Amino acid sequence: MAAGFKTAEPLEYHRSFLKENCRPDGRELSEFRTTTLNIGSISTADGSALVKMGNTTIICGIKAELTNPTADAPGKGYIVPNVDLPPLCSSRFRPGPPGEQAQAASQFIADVIESSDLIKAEDLCVDRGKLCWVLYCDLMCLDYDGNILDACLIALLAALRNTQLPEVGINKETCLPEVDLEKRQKLHIHKHPVGASFCVFDDSILIVDPTDEEENLATAHLTVVTDEDGRLCSVHKPGGTPLSGEKLQECINRATARQREIHKLIDKVLDSVKTTQ
Amino acid sequence: MTSFACDKHRFHLESGVMEVSPSTVSLIREFGCEQTLLSRPDGSASFVQGDTSVMAGVYGPAEVKVSKEIYDRATLEVLVHPKVGLPGVRERSQEQCLRETCEASLLLSLHPRSSLTLILQVLHDDGSLLSCCLNAACMALMDAGLSMGRLFCGVTCAISTDGEIITDPTAAQEKESRALMTFAIDSKERRVMMSSTKGSFSVHELQQCIAVSQKASEKIFQFYRDSVRRRYSKNL
Repeated sequence: MAAGFKTAEPLEYHRSFLKENCRPDGRELSEFRTTTLNIGSISTADGSALVKMGNTTIICGIKAELTNPTADAPGKGYIVPNVDLPPLCSSRFRPGPPGEQAQAASQFIADVIESSDLIKAEDLCVDRGKLCWVLYCDLMCLDYDGNILDACLIALLAALRNTQLPEVGINKETCLPEVDLEKRQKLHIHKHPVGASFCVFDDSILIVDPTDEEENLATAHLTVVTDEDGRLCSVHKPGGTPLSGEKLQECINRATARQREIHKLIDKVLDSVKTTQ
Repeated sequence: MTSFACDKHRFHLESGVMEVSPSTVSLIREFGCEQTLLSRPDGSASFVQGDTSVMAGVYGPAEVKVSKEIYDRATLEVLVHPKVGLPGVRERSQEQCLRETCEASLLLSLHPRSSLTLILQVLHDDGSLLSCCLNAACMALMDAGLSMGRLFCGVTCAISTDGEIITDPTAAQEKESRALMTFAIDSKERRVMMSSTKGSFSVHELQQCIAVSQKASEKIFQFYRDSVRRRYSKNL
């Protein structure tokens, strides 16, 4: 009976739950799904992490390459994030070039990296004007069940914390770089930006960490990214129904609490990785 | 000039100096708009904000591709063309923001199984590009005569290194700024429909920028009202 109701009237079905201040999967309105984190899951990558938020699964691999710095920023390296939504993760995505959602997600991640000072681009410089690191951060969705932006940010942050760059010296005689793969150093992470996504139902009800179904039925989406100092790195609301200042403040408060939870989670997982090694 | 030509080519300019609070500089650059300037699209507009200029065209409601058909409402497609080169990832992300803002204000359920296409061509970018795109889009949708539940306008705010809020910044001011935010404000309750930010800022600064944008939006909505009134009145 309930299954039939859900298929025929999905919006009414969700409304009947929201009226009672809960959601079809048993969560409260401001409750995130269980977040599971695995760091260092890809042994061949320079850094990697796998994040699960409910069913949503994102894996992030980081590949470091040596390259020439750009002419306008000779003392800086750079980071290239890429979000991939393959047909594997949902029937919504077709094979071929990345769709609008994947491209918008990649741009969002790139904007957060730039806005938050996650890594100082100067740290990636090896030899000014001649040699620098470029970090290719590939984020792949394995299972799409809503809220990929939050999951992508956690995966990226955890993978960067896990990244170890080999030491590079420049041979004075040949002027060629020499990479010492045995000696590796951790990246210096300055800030820990963490996102919290919200959906607006019927122009008024705010729910946190939406699933795929909830995302499709909602009238607006909002992602707030905060760092450990309580500063905002991004308030991303791509259209949808309008939101008042008070509601926005509620979202920001929830996002700051979420930042602390995730920061703790990453630290804990990194510690456990260290002790097993 | 004949009266016919006058009807076809309308150009309204309005310059605005606004006072919000003494600590914030809130000067909107001179802005203007021309509607129905293209013959092929169902609605068109070009919006100029200082030296930033965007041209918009709307086609529809028209037939829709079967793969994009939605059974209970119209499919809206937004295309942003940069001044040089091909549209890239940045344009895709702007398209997403514009599309979802337009979708929320258009009454799409009036045209089920049909398509609407909004094309924006950047003519010159001198800062506040996204807000200029939003304004051009709204003017073009109005010109196309599509039913809308509310209007919207775009306002960009920059926070300079010494904490000053600059509305409608130029490209040079954007480059020097510490944070940059673009909001779409709705005409009904002056609330935030879209928000896109760059750089880090405090909660207080965000709320301040929203307040400044709401204030600045009054000016733009008044301009919308004046231009529509002028267009449809007989004695002006």
